[in-house]
Amino acid sequence: MLIDDDPDFLLQQKSQFEAAGYAVTTADGSKLARTVLNQTSPDLVVMDLMMGEMDAGIVLSREIKQKNPGLPIIMVTGVTRETGMSFDDNTAESRRWLNVDEVIAKPVRFDQLKGAVEGLLARQCGQAGPGGPV
Amino acid sequence: VSLTREELNVLVVDDENVLCQGVRRVLEPLTVEVPEHGAQAVFRIRAVGSGEECLRQLSVQAPDVLLLDHKLPGMTGLELLNRIFSPQQSLLVVMITAYANLDTAVRATKLGAYDFLAKPFTPDELRGVMRKAATHVVLSRRTRKLEAEKRQIRFEFLSVLAHELKAPLNAVEGYMDILHERLGGEELGMVERSSARLGGMKKLIYDLLDLTRIESGAKRRELKLIDLAPLLRGAVEVVARDAQQRRIRVELEVPGPVPLHADAGEMEIIFNNLLSNAVKYNRDEGRVLARLRRDGDRVSLEVEDTGIGLTAEEMGKLFREFVRIRNDETANILGSGLGLSTVKKLARLYGGDAVVRSTAGVGSTFVVTLCDGVPEAPQGAGRAGGSYAASPGD
Repeated sequence: MLIDDDPDFLLQQKSQFEAAGYAVTTADGSKLARTVLNQTSPDLVVMDLMMGEMDAGIVLSREIKQKNPGLPIIMVTGVTRETGMSFDDNTAESRRWLNVDEVIAKPVRFDQLKGAVEGLLARQCGQAGPGGPV
Repeated sequence: VSLTREELNVLVVDDENVLCQGVRRVLEPLTVEVPEHGAQAVFRIRAVGSGEECLRQLSVQAPDVLLLDHKLPGMTGLELLNRIFSPQQSLLVVMITAYANLDTAVRATKLGAYDFLAKPFTPDELRGVMRKAATHVVLSRRTRKLEAEKRQIRFEFLSVLAHELKAPLNAVEGYMDILHERLGGEELGMVERSSARLGGMKKLIYDLLDLTRIESGAKRRELKLIDLAPLLRGAVEVVARDAQQRRIRVELEVPGPVPLHADAGEMEIIFNNLLSNAVKYNRDEGRVLARLRRDGDRVSLEVEDTGIGLTAEEMGKLFREFVRIRNDETANILGSGLGLSTVKKLARLYGGDAVVRSTAGVGSTFVVTLCDGVPEAPQGAGRAGGSYAASPGD
């Protein structure tokens, strides 16, 4: 599932993930994201940190992790470029602080994002142990 | 209406102590009102006894008005005027001459003196000349301030524009990349061409942002001792692909570490611009030679190409903003016309310069010299901006 308020980013990543064989749902904001999350059960979420309101991304990632702690989240953010704040670094601390499993700075290349998605999904399968989905 | 009090610094250059004291007695109590500019000028007087001392003073604190006697021990007033005058500066020179020697006054005016006072002069004559000078100084201060504000608005406008253009361009570029992967045949060529044009537009925007940041002094400079050699090698990497495609050899002559107090980002802008030009404007299977070395207190970078070269006329305007040399050979080369003007501005920021030697059809050599950057004084950023403003047509 892709959550971002930039429609171009959504369309481009959706198109490329679908071409790579993924089933993709999208939401262009937190409100729609909550509805979609209730109706579908994605295996992984890619979301933007800053959507409309400054803290929309953080609030949403916290909510998702409370309801479904096992659902991996990748936070994609241009926040350093836009505000000069720095939590673009993919460090354990910023991941914990943002309640996500991976942090990637915008602009992001598709293969980079795909690599992160594959990595997290593989880890997920590994944790599921023998007999889990492969 | 209350008037703003403005101080004018006056430097008297005369070996006759009596005259210096007389000037002090007349000017220190004097107030010149310039109501149309809301100002009230008062005078601060300093005095020196010779041209040599005057030169030293000028380098310490530049006065607004120089009261200069022609007859001095050592260097004469005219000789001094000849050495200090430049059209850009705002210093007003009032020449003091003997009545019998009007010729000196005429020559002084030709050398750029603002006015003259014939000896012996009365306190009223001195006040009259200084009233005129004070009005002039206040007016030119106002003009400078307005120009700085105008420049600032221009920078802000360009900077906002460039930032706003970046996001949609990135979006279009993303779609182009996807199309590039999926299309074939004639359409693929069109997408490639669109991407190339888009790349050119992005380069223009980034160049504009570089330029406005440097010119406005808004870019935070980090001056520290760095080795330029690896930065130059990095710039070679950047152009390597384009060079390879056209079988252009890029060679480096770097004697070892080349340390300089500089901002790494600014050095990269210089290196990238010169190397990418040397590849862009080269012939296929040509050669680029970059020599980096330290010459005493300065560093020089020479970038030599075997390209299309330049005519004398083209060389004259090459370093101006938005100038691109247009002819049959450059028709298909993309560029913003900002790279070299930025390189020159940066070189000047380091007390150096950027020049070109070239023979049409044979090749060009760009030479950039740089001195150690000095950390700026508190008003440094503003000053850097101001010095550009003094020569907008460079």
